[in-house]
Amino acid sequence: MPSLKDLRLRIVSVKSTRKITSAMKMVAASKLRRAQSAAEAARPFAERMERMLGTLAGSLAGQAGAPAMLAGTGKSDVHLIVMVTADRGLCGGFNSSIVRDVRRLTAELIRGGKTVKILPVGRKGREQIKRDFGSNLIEGFEGLGRKGITFPEADMVASKIVAMFGNGEFDVCTVVYNRFQSAISQVVTRQQLIPFAVTAGEDKSGELKATYEFEPSEEEILATLVPRNLAIQIFRSTLESQASEQGARMTAMDNATRNAGDMINGLTIKYNRSRQAQITKELIEIISGAEAL
Amino acid sequence: MAEKIKFELVSPAKLLISESVDMVVVPGSEGDFGALALHAPMITTVRPGVIDVHNDGKVGNRIFVAGGFAEVNEVRVTVLAEEAIPVADITADMASARLQDAREAMADAKTDAEKAAADQRMLIASALQAAIH
Repeated sequence: MPSLKDLRLRIVSVKSTRKITSAMKMVAASKLRRAQSAAEAARPFAERMERMLGTLAGSLAGQAGAPAMLAGTGKSDVHLIVMVTADRGLCGGFNSSIVRDVRRLTAELIRGGKTVKILPVGRKGREQIKRDFGSNLIEGFEGLGRKGITFPEADMVASKIVAMFGNGEFDVCTVVYNRFQSAISQVVTRQQLIPFAVTAGEDKSGELKATYEFEPSEEEILATLVPRNLAIQIFRSTLESQASEQGARMTAMDNATRNAGDMINGLTIKYNRSRQAQITKELIEIISGAEAL
Repeated sequence: MAEKIKFELVSPAKLLISESVDMVVVPGSEGDFGALALHAPMITTVRPGVIDVHNDGKVGNRIFVAGGFAEVNEVRVTVLAEEAIPVADITADMASARLQDAREAMADAKTDAEKAAADQRMLIASALQAAIH
C-alpha cells in the first residue's frame, strides 16, 4: 500500500509527463502541416518527371543501348535496400514497421541466395536493424532535413547510390519508406528504383501520342534524366516519410496524453480513497481512546 | 496572337508557374528556342540560363533556371528546373557569392567527379552573373 505522499508524487510526475506529451503533440501537428504541404508540393515535379521518362523509355523500347540504370544490369544478385526512417523515436510504430518490412524483405532475399546491402537513411532504422543484419549494413545518412528536407540533401543520397551502381556494387535497388496517407495512417511502401519500373496504368495517351524529337539525343538525355529521376524519387520518399513521421508522432502523442489523463484519474481516486480511509482511521482511534477513559 | 501555350515551370520543391502565355524562350542545351502554340513535340535538356516569358509582344516574366529538362508539345511547355529564381530577385551579391563558392570548389576538387561537379557549379554561377546584366 503506497503512502499518501507516494501517491501525490506519482500524480505530479504523471501530470508533467502529460504536459510533455501534449506539447509534443502540438509540435508534431504544426510540423505535420508543413511537411504535408511540402510533400504535396513536390508531387507535380515527380509526376512530370515520370511522364517524361515514360515517353523516353517508350521511344527507346526495344532498342539496345538503353542505360543500365533504366534497364537493369540483367542480373539480380546483389540487392540494395534504401531504408527511410526517422532520426527520432516516440512516434508509435513508425520506425519499427519499416524495420520489420526491411527485415522480412532481407530474409526473403537471403533465402533466395542473393546478397543484400542495406543503406539506412535515418538513425532509428539503423539502430534497430543492426542487431539482425549488422553485417549487411553499409554507411548511411543521418540528420537529414532537420528543418524539412531539401532537394540538395536528397541529391546527396542519390549520388551515393548512383556512384555505387557505377562501381557495380549492386544490381537492384529498392527503397522502403512510409507513404503518407493521412495523419493516422501511413503505408509501408516498397518502390523499385533500379531497374526503373515503368508505372503502367495512368497512361494519358488520349492527350497526345506524337513522336517526340530529342535534343541532343535520346541517349544523352537519358544519361542525365535517369540519375535525376532517382534523386527525385529519393526526395519524394523522404518527404513522404517526413510527413508520415509527424503524423505518426501526433497520433502516438495523442494516445499517450489520453493514457496519462486516465492514469491521473485513477491515481486521484486512489489518493482520495486512502486519504479518507486515513481520516476515518484517525477518528476511530480518537473516539475509542476517549471511550476508554 | 490568338493561340496560347500552357507554360509550366516546376522545381523539385514545388510547381512555380502554370499559366497560358504567348511564347516562352527556353535556353536549351543546343541553343535557345522559342516555343509557341503548335510547336513540334520535343524533349531537350536545359542549360543554366534565363527563361523569357512573352505576353502581348512583351517580355513579361524572366526566370533564371540552373539547368533541367524541357518537354514541348503542341499545347504545353513543361520545364523541370533544378533550381529556379525570378531574375528580379537575384542580387549581385548572391551571384558573386555563388561564383566565389564555385571557385573554391574548383580549387578543392580532386577526383574527376568532383571536378565535373565544380565545373557545373561554375557554369551555373556564371550564368547567374550574366542574368543580372
